[in-house]
Amino acid sequence: MDKRVDAETMFRLNGREVRVAPRVGERLSEVLRERLGARDVKVGCNAGDCGACTVLIDGAPVCACLMPAQQAAGAKVETVAGLVADEPLAADLARRFEWQGAAQCGICTPGMMVSAVALLRDVPAPSEGQVMDALAGVLCRCTGYRKIIDAVMGRAPGAVADADGHMGAAIERLDGRVKVTGAERFGDDVATGDALVIKVIRSPHPHARFSFGDLDGFAAREGVEAVLTAGDVPGVNLFGVIPGFVDQPVFAEGVARFRGEAVAAVVGAAEVMAGFDPARFPVEWEVLADVQGVAAAMSEDAPQLHGGRAGNVMCSGFVAHGDVEAALGRAEVVAEGVFETGFVEHAYIEPEAGFAEVVDGRIEVHACTQAPVMDLDTLEQVLGMERARIRVVPTATGGGFGSKLDVSVQPYLALAALKTGRPVRITYERTESMQSTTKRHPSRMTVRIGADAEGRISGLRFDGLFNTGAYSSWGPTVANRVPVHASGPYAVGDYRAEATGIHTHCPPSGAFRGFGVPQAAVAQESLFDDLAHRLGIDRLEFRMRNALTNGVPTVCGQVFVQGVGIRACLEALRPAWESERAEAARLNADGGVVRRGVGVAAGWYGCGNTSLPNPSTIKAGVRADGRIVLHQGAADIGQGSNTVIAQIFATALGVPVSRLDLVGGDTDVTPDAGKTSASRQTFVSGNAARLAGAALRAQILQRVNAGEEAVIVPGEEGFEVREGARVHRLDLTALEPDAEGYVMRVAESYDPPTRPLDANGQGHPYAQFGYAAHLCVLEVDMRLGTVKPVRFVAAHDVGHAVNPLLIEGQVEGGIAQGLGMALMEEYLPGRTENLHDYLIPTIGDMPPVETLIIEEPDAHGPYGAKGLGEHVLIPTAPAILNAIRDATGVQMRRLPVTPARLKAAIGEAGHV
Amino acid sequence: MMQIEYFAPGDLGEALDILSRGGVRPVAGGTDFYPSLPGGGPRDSLLDLTRIEGLRGIARQGGGWRIGAATRWSDVVRADLPPAFDGLKAAAREVGSVQIQNAGTVAGNLVNASPAADGVPPLLTLDAEVEIASVAGRRVVPLERFITGVRQVDLAPGEMVVALYLPDLPEVARGAFSKLGSRAYLVISIVMVAVVIGRDGAGLIDHARVAVGACSPVARRLPALEAALLGTRGDVAVTPAHLEPLSPIDDVRGSGAYRLEAVGALIGRTVREAMDG
Ligand SMILES: Cc1cc2nc3c(=O)[nH]c(=O)nc-3n(C[C@H](O)[C@H](O)[C@H](O)COP(=O)(O)OP(=O)(O)OC[C@H]3O[C@@H](n4cnc5c(N)ncnc54)[C@H](O)[C@@H]3O)c2cc1C
Ligand code: FES
Ligand code: FES
Repeated sequence: MDKRVDAETMFRLNGREVRVAPRVGERLSEVLRERLGARDVKVGCNAGDCGACTVLIDGAPVCACLMPAQQAAGAKVETVAGLVADEPLAADLARRFEWQGAAQCGICTPGMMVSAVALLRDVPAPSEGQVMDALAGVLCRCTGYRKIIDAVMGRAPGAVADADGHMGAAIERLDGRVKVTGAERFGDDVATGDALVIKVIRSPHPHARFSFGDLDGFAAREGVEAVLTAGDVPGVNLFGVIPGFVDQPVFAEGVARFRGEAVAAVVGAAEVMAGFDPARFPVEWEVLADVQGVAAAMSEDAPQLHGGRAGNVMCSGFVAHGDVEAALGRAEVVAEGVFETGFVEHAYIEPEAGFAEVVDGRIEVHACTQAPVMDLDTLEQVLGMERARIRVVPTATGGGFGSKLDVSVQPYLALAALKTGRPVRITYERTESMQSTTKRHPSRMTVRIGADAEGRISGLRFDGLFNTGAYSSWGPTVANRVPVHASGPYAVGDYRAEATGIHTHCPPSGAFRGFGVPQAAVAQESLFDDLAHRLGIDRLEFRMRNALTNGVPTVCGQVFVQGVGIRACLEALRPAWESERAEAARLNADGGVVRRGVGVAAGWYGCGNTSLPNPSTIKAGVRADGRIVLHQGAADIGQGSNTVIAQIFATALGVPVSRLDLVGGDTDVTPDAGKTSASRQTFVSGNAARLAGAALRAQILQRVNAGEEAVIVPGEEGFEVREGARVHRLDLTALEPDAEGYVMRVAESYDPPTRPLDANGQGHPYAQFGYAAHLCVLEVDMRLGTVKPVRFVAAHDVGHAVNPLLIEGQVEGGIAQGLGMALMEEYLPGRTENLHDYLIPTIGDMPPVETLIIEEPDAHGPYGAKGLGEHVLIPTAPAILNAIRDATGVQMRRLPVTPARLKAAIGEAGHV
Repeated sequence: MMQIEYFAPGDLGEALDILSRGGVRPVAGGTDFYPSLPGGGPRDSLLDLTRIEGLRGIARQGGGWRIGAATRWSDVVRADLPPAFDGLKAAAREVGSVQIQNAGTVAGNLVNASPAADGVPPLLTLDAEVEIASVAGRRVVPLERFITGVRQVDLAPGEMVVALYLPDLPEVARGAFSKLGSRAYLVISIVMVAVVIGRDGAGLIDHARVAVGACSPVARRLPALEAALLGTRGDVAVTPAHLEPLSPIDDVRGSGAYRLEAVGALIGRTVREAMDG
């Protein structure tokens, strides 16, 4: 007789006997998460590509998303939560992850930890190569892997034990524990068991007219609760982020403008939706002509995406200073070129996900996000609902890098919960996430740069076309930011830069770490190498000669009297520059197939919105029991604002950071700290935290009549304020608590001082810039065209380092993304829509990084601190390209530099 | 809708019986099955191959080796095998990641029949044969003839792969494998090359197998090159004529022209690796 597995499958989960009755084909990951509550097992792709779902089956790491649940029958299944709780080796490893800052957003951490435990059980003291082999199946988009390697190898901890944890202390992240135990709750981890499931129906075509069949009949046949279309949007069926460019429908109406655009959503019980095949949805498509690139979109007979945007031009940004053509005319040498980059996908490991429910007549949306208050703004419009009736509660966010600034799942969640009156949830599939959310803008940049005989820049002209996709998203920001930054951190007196966003039938391009500046840096820094070569000047020296300094105007005519740190960054690279080039020359002397090259590039980045207000507010309260509660609304998407903002606040207040309780974003109780973008949180929210800390300090001191220098010592029943030998006691229990239970409270805001740009882009776009320079050493296999990065040295001017450990983490993670953009990443709609075909760096692709922290205090930053998030990848790709050129003699002007492209270029140049 | 079921038989007879009724899809490691699962889940009942007695493992049989159909890539990595299998082992270590190797099977790799399947070139260099069974009986097909095209294999309804046979090769033969991809791990090959080289007492090649993957719908051996290698010390310049069986295409991973160039470079290196051991 056939032996069907019992309807019941039995196995041991973290030492406990469990029984479940999975559906046929149900993945072990789903059973663990949804039937057994093991939400420490993360799902990033459901295809074996990310490894976030790694569990141990009888000790062997496997992807739980690829295992039929029934196959686990009789096995011992271990997940990160069980391992850390029960096994000393895993508990130790968890501590080491925290000390090293090896978990940033934490979504990959369970997979990393589980894989590492399997290795360490067999090999207690693994080599770096063994660690790479063992962890290669888990992708991390945040850390650049190096700190994970350090943690697994048990290298000396990066964090210090610092009693106060104030400015400058390399303390471990305050929210790190839950990330290493698997307890952190991300977008897909908060839904209740009874939540209905939403599935969005999307266009398979880049441009198509569509009409629906019988939706009621469909709903009845499938047994689903609701079908949502544009007609179900009670407010405005549009979302967007820039005033005047709110142009993306929640559900397309009659015409879809990109492959992956939402046209409808189906809402049903989880069991029903598990068997739902979107192919059965009644929709007819009439395929229309589409345009994919900017050239096609600008041609005369191109289909127009939006009325009122003739020639598919979204908008342009422009900056002019001096007389560029005259300067180029008198230049000794002029370098020019056309540079092209493709779509880059953010590829955070957490796909967009969330949960919503109606509570006491209000709608509550819980989802991963970088901008909770902007999400609320959008929901207010889309739902046509009173703002006070909407609550947005960010979950932990498993990476964002710009894309989670835009709404994705939020409108669908709110609409479905309101329509059905039931709790609802949604999680994008990996392909859906890649098809429908924003990308880095592809660019086509025509650049000319002149220099005089001494190697001083004489004119720089930049003309960039940016493929902004079907809708605007953050495209206008890119158009405005690029001309301000395309000079690089150099003194360029004669300058003209224009950047134009062009609509195409592609996914919307939006915000991605750097807003177009990394693309511009590729062109400018490559041509700087051309100029240096032609003038016979050392490439680092050439940059030193042109580096911006205090008191010298930027291309916007803005003069900084302090804090221009680019020279110091370049100078810091000099020792490595000398030694690495000597080493490369030595290695290349044998004329072998593998050639080594060294490259250098610099970058700058203005922190905060371009010439627009972008205030942050930080609130804090003191409870009668002496706990100090910091309402920290800056979304921590892994970059560390929960820790950094707390450190700044604690410094200003003058208490140890350990005395603070953190309350995160929640539009009901935490004020708006703005969006986590534009490297503004340390600078802007950090300043608000500094002001709030100082204000609370003033309140406390005033109550006991103590002077400025007094020391506040929080205790269980109240605060002691010590002033020399005098000790004041502040009895908190004697104070009247307010509605939130606070006996004292403060809320302070900060908005950076900027001034509008005039028609020529002259003004004060940012109150603060941060600066960076990278050196890259790599090897090229001249016969295969493969590139192997060997080492990076990264110098970053951060003004005043709030937390050096977190800075290193940002730098290493940024370099990994820059490396991906330079060498392997290209999103092609319809072709690289999953993490199998869209390649991001693995643990084996990231070489060691040496981070050099430069501190040129900023006039406005909290204690002189500057932002960092985006600076970290701006110099990376050009440093790689310049190193490739150094190794091979060929300049690559199209990214990514795949082996095939590099080999072809080497062949054309006649080198092999 | 027909009710689908999950079968996990413990013996092969039962499995073949279930398979013979139709509407049943075998699943081994699931590493190709799940990523290509259609929306709404499986349409067929599933036949789990991992509990079938005797289907997993590598053992001596007759004048050669038998690799059971449920043998995983990590089993190959750990097995004690002669140096001719070094290429197969190297390929095993490069299939995806440890997670994939702990689940994915050698037979699944063949049946899935991707042009970029890393298992195929080394198995071709080992002269592998595929044993196929159904309720009607068993048959054995050379690997070259088993995979007939992109995602196409010589399996009739009701049939499944039960094992691979690898005849004994000259004792001194040594295998090697090179894979070229755009990143360090977890990568679909742009091209890969497998060789098995045997040498006589004087150090001259007396046994040569060279196979190339991802350059044709099905990985191919290069008989002209194999012949040219005989009697040499491996220093044979690869000519277009040697590569005649290949027909690489342009795709996101690289152009056809690039693939041919890379193959030329990799063959030399892989032969040398097998020679130097
Ligand atoms: C992230 C990831 C990375 C990967 N990397 C690589 C790589 O680098 N190189 C590479 O070559 N492959 C790679 N693969 C593909 C895959 O892992 C291999 O092809 C693997 O060997 C498939 O084996 P399986 O047991 O998992 O097959 P399954 O998924 O279980 O089955 C695959 C197919 O074969 C059928 N089948 C399986 N066994 C039999 C049998 N005995 N008889 C008849 N039919 C059978 C199934 O019905 C199914 O159609 C990767 C896959 C993933 C998910
Ligand atoms: S979720 Fe399983 S590998 Fe990505
Ligand atoms: S910490 Fe690894 S993906 Fe975020």
